[in-house]
Amino acid sequence: MSQALQAQLPVLQVLIPLLAAPLCIILRRRSLVLPFATGVCWLTFLVSVFLLGDVLEAGVISYEMGGWAAPWGIEYRVDALAAFVLLFVSGIAALVLTYAPRSLTDEIPASRHYLFCTLYLLCVTGLLGIAITGDLFNVFVFLEVSALSSYALIALGGRRQALPAAFQYLVMGTIGATFILIGIGLMYQMTGTLNMADMAERLPAVEGVRTALVAFGFLTVGIALKMALFPLHVWLPNAYSYAPSVVSAFIAATATKVSVYILLRFMFSVFGLEFSFEQLGLGRALMPLALAGIFVASTVAIFQRNVKRMLAYSSVAQIGYMVLGISFATATGLTGGIVHLFNHALIKGGLFMAMGCVMLQLHSVDLDEMAGIGRAMPWTMAAWALGGLGLIGVPATAGFISKWYLIQAALEQNSLVVAVLLLLSSLLALVYVWRVVEMAFFHEPSARAREAREAPLAMLVPTWVLLGATVFFGIYTRYSAGVAEQAAEAVLRGLP
Amino acid sequence: MSGLVPLHLALVIPLAGAVLIALFGRWPNVREAVTLATGVALFWFVTSLLPHVLAGATPGVLLVRLLPGGLSLVLRLEPLGMLFALVASGLWIVTSLYSIGYMRGHGEAHQTRFYVCFAVSICAAMGVALAGNLLTLFLFYEVLTLSTYPLVSHHGTRKAMKGARTYLGILVTTSVAFLLLAVAWTWVLAGTLDFRVGGILAGRAEEGILLILLALFVFGTGKAALMPVHRWLPAAMVAPTPVSALLHAVAVVKAGVFTIMKVVIYIFGLDLLTATGISVWLMYAAGFTVIAGSLVAMAQDNLKRRLAYSTVSQLSYIVLGAALANTWGVVGGSMHIAMHAFGKITLFFCAGAIYVAAHKTEVSDMRGLGRAMPITMAAFLIGALSVIGVPPLGGSWSKWYLALGALDAGQILFVAVLMVSSLLNIAYLVPIPIRAFFSKPADGSEPPRFREAPAFCVAALSFTALGCIVLFFLADDVYRLLIPLGGG
Repeated sequence: MSQALQAQLPVLQVLIPLLAAPLCIILRRRSLVLPFATGVCWLTFLVSVFLLGDVLEAGVISYEMGGWAAPWGIEYRVDALAAFVLLFVSGIAALVLTYAPRSLTDEIPASRHYLFCTLYLLCVTGLLGIAITGDLFNVFVFLEVSALSSYALIALGGRRQALPAAFQYLVMGTIGATFILIGIGLMYQMTGTLNMADMAERLPAVEGVRTALVAFGFLTVGIALKMALFPLHVWLPNAYSYAPSVVSAFIAATATKVSVYILLRFMFSVFGLEFSFEQLGLGRALMPLALAGIFVASTVAIFQRNVKRMLAYSSVAQIGYMVLGISFATATGLTGGIVHLFNHALIKGGLFMAMGCVMLQLHSVDLDEMAGIGRAMPWTMAAWALGGLGLIGVPATAGFISKWYLIQAALEQNSLVVAVLLLLSSLLALVYVWRVVEMAFFHEPSARAREAREAPLAMLVPTWVLLGATVFFGIYTRYSAGVAEQAAEAVLRGLP
Repeated sequence: MSGLVPLHLALVIPLAGAVLIALFGRWPNVREAVTLATGVALFWFVTSLLPHVLAGATPGVLLVRLLPGGLSLVLRLEPLGMLFALVASGLWIVTSLYSIGYMRGHGEAHQTRFYVCFAVSICAAMGVALAGNLLTLFLFYEVLTLSTYPLVSHHGTRKAMKGARTYLGILVTTSVAFLLLAVAWTWVLAGTLDFRVGGILAGRAEEGILLILLALFVFGTGKAALMPVHRWLPAAMVAPTPVSALLHAVAVVKAGVFTIMKVVIYIFGLDLLTATGISVWLMYAAGFTVIAGSLVAMAQDNLKRRLAYSTVSQLSYIVLGAALANTWGVVGGSMHIAMHAFGKITLFFCAGAIYVAAHKTEVSDMRGLGRAMPITMAAFLIGALSVIGVPPLGGSWSKWYLALGALDAGQILFVAVLMVSSLLNIAYLVPIPIRAFFSKPADGSEPPRFREAPAFCVAALSFTALGCIVLFFLADDVYRLLIPLGGG
């Protein structure tokens, strides 16, 4: 790769999907637009692979947009954490779109496929942009790009409930985004800059001022809404369960994770560890919410009859684990939180993809309808079971790695209670996962399940790639936990 | 030199067997041949490891470096694991023979799934036996639980599902809530999870914390069935009898007590336990389970349930041996892993044979059955006497050493416990074959004519019954294998 191209990688990461999105409208033909968008996603993924390589080798990359120097122009800034997020967001985006065609044909009218691709690419653009930018206002812009496109994506869902679900998400999401905007505005007012690194330098001088505290409050609540932190999670279950299968898989795997990334960026990189955690005690606020979220959402998940909805509640619980890791504000805790971003993205993306396969063949994801489906669709449900084991945190799955770090972090701080609660919560996961496994494999087939066939290979292979990866990253952790450790250290050091 | 031993073959062989069994599922004869061939190959391999251990070597294999912080999956051979691996792999062959007779004689469904899961379970048991650190042990412990679940729920009836759910629920709950916590805590305290002679926890924490940690380990190992976490074992009796025989008399339950033994010897270290006395409560807990398990067993009319409670009681002999924390106790307890395995598997084989040939499950229906099934009932008597601990049968040695251990530790009470338990064992085991031979059927009908179980079953149970006798004379070899355990 030429030097010149390599230097432009950060901007290409966002530019490629952004420019491709309107092209989808021009292409319009279904047979053209899906392969095109898929190709674009894989290209984006390739860029992120190179970026991660560069970052691990040479350290932080700073890119000046349009050649304007940093505090005045927009800076793109790729450190280990950002590169890590870019990698899994673009990777999952590409994988999900590869899997998508059959499922889309079944769930969305063919005349709208080009719209789907446009929205999907815009959503990818937004999520990648959030991760890569070093500019506060730019974060807000990309947040809105990804959010607006995801509202529309959810509304594409076949059932009528998709519309109120999307609307509910829109209202809650907009409130969250507005809070974030207010927070950013107040901080701009205090410091006169929007560049993160610059602001991190100027903030200490004005930290005591009430405006900064108010900004901190607005930002915390706004981000908590976006990442569906209990009790601000109400928009999530409907959105995930009524969206088209492909959209559920992509958004569940990436959207909330990127919001957690925003939390990390603001609280550690901009405000700084000392201000957020030692002065304001953010950890003490987040930890109870995280634990409550884990327990309440896991318990609610146990009682769901719709498996997609159950997975959605499980997502709320899993966000709790990530936030719990962050709330320790130690290297081990942060590593646990960050590695769980990644691990859970794989697990939940894969699980929703498996549910997409079931939806295609069974036209239902109702638990009772799924009785005995394991016999008709052994590969799909075996993949599901594998992902389920990851959710529980069985050793040799990615979920175990995350939990191991989190327990370590709890024990390091001598909070035995938290460690015990963490372990007990995996038992709740065991219950909700095992209900499905038992129903699928050990019950007599329902009438519908008798007629069902195994999902097409084009869908099975991507599903297995993702869920196989959860086992891979449960055993070889150099590129998950290893990178997460580096990212955690970088985050704790703060911006230079 | 010790790095050259390919220990992972012990995992690869049964796993490859499982794959082949699945592939040949359509041809039952080929499938069963694969099972037997895998069993023989595994046993041969495990036997070939014996010289290393007897020479005092502890070869190890690094499977994978799990976390950047230095946490790995490691296999390492040592005497206790050697014994467990030998027993489990050897009895797997016998059980496979028995399964062929039982499953066919009984016309069971899903036989391919059955044999595949069986092979995976054995793979997990090998992993437990050869685990070189706590994390590896925990990993295979969980694999063992999950891979045996389909075996327990095999019949797919409501009752089987309920039993399997209890099985899974208790085992996973205890292991995740307590055992994993204990493992993580040990890592934080000691900075390593390796099994080392003399333990890794000495001087790392206060007595109070060590006490809690030991409790977490003991109750986290649900498979050891120490009361009150024993309920899964009777619940698992809904499984087909070969499963009860190998897994719930040998592999699964022994994996439990094996874990406790390993933790006591290599994590805490005998010296630490003796110096601090933190395992004294465990003696009482184990002693209670020994007596209570036997008492409950007396009240059971269903033969398999009676045997299950007998197992609960016998497992605590081994826990007691560990809790005594002296050479005799540890050797006696470890030896009991092998001795009880042979005795109890014989009893389960007999229970299954009676079920297949005479369709009887209740003890009260078995009067007068000795005429019809003389070989089975004779084997039952031998197995029972070995479990009770009567010479010249293997079980007498392990009880002897346990009693020595109790005396050595100055705990006369537990010598009494062992004696009382033996009496109770006599009371609930011996009458079954005696009445079978010397009583008439309860309903007054004529004793049935000679009708033994399928030849495969009879061969298997005769073999293990003979094994009980042979072990009596091999006790010295077992002793020599195990004596390094107390020497640390």
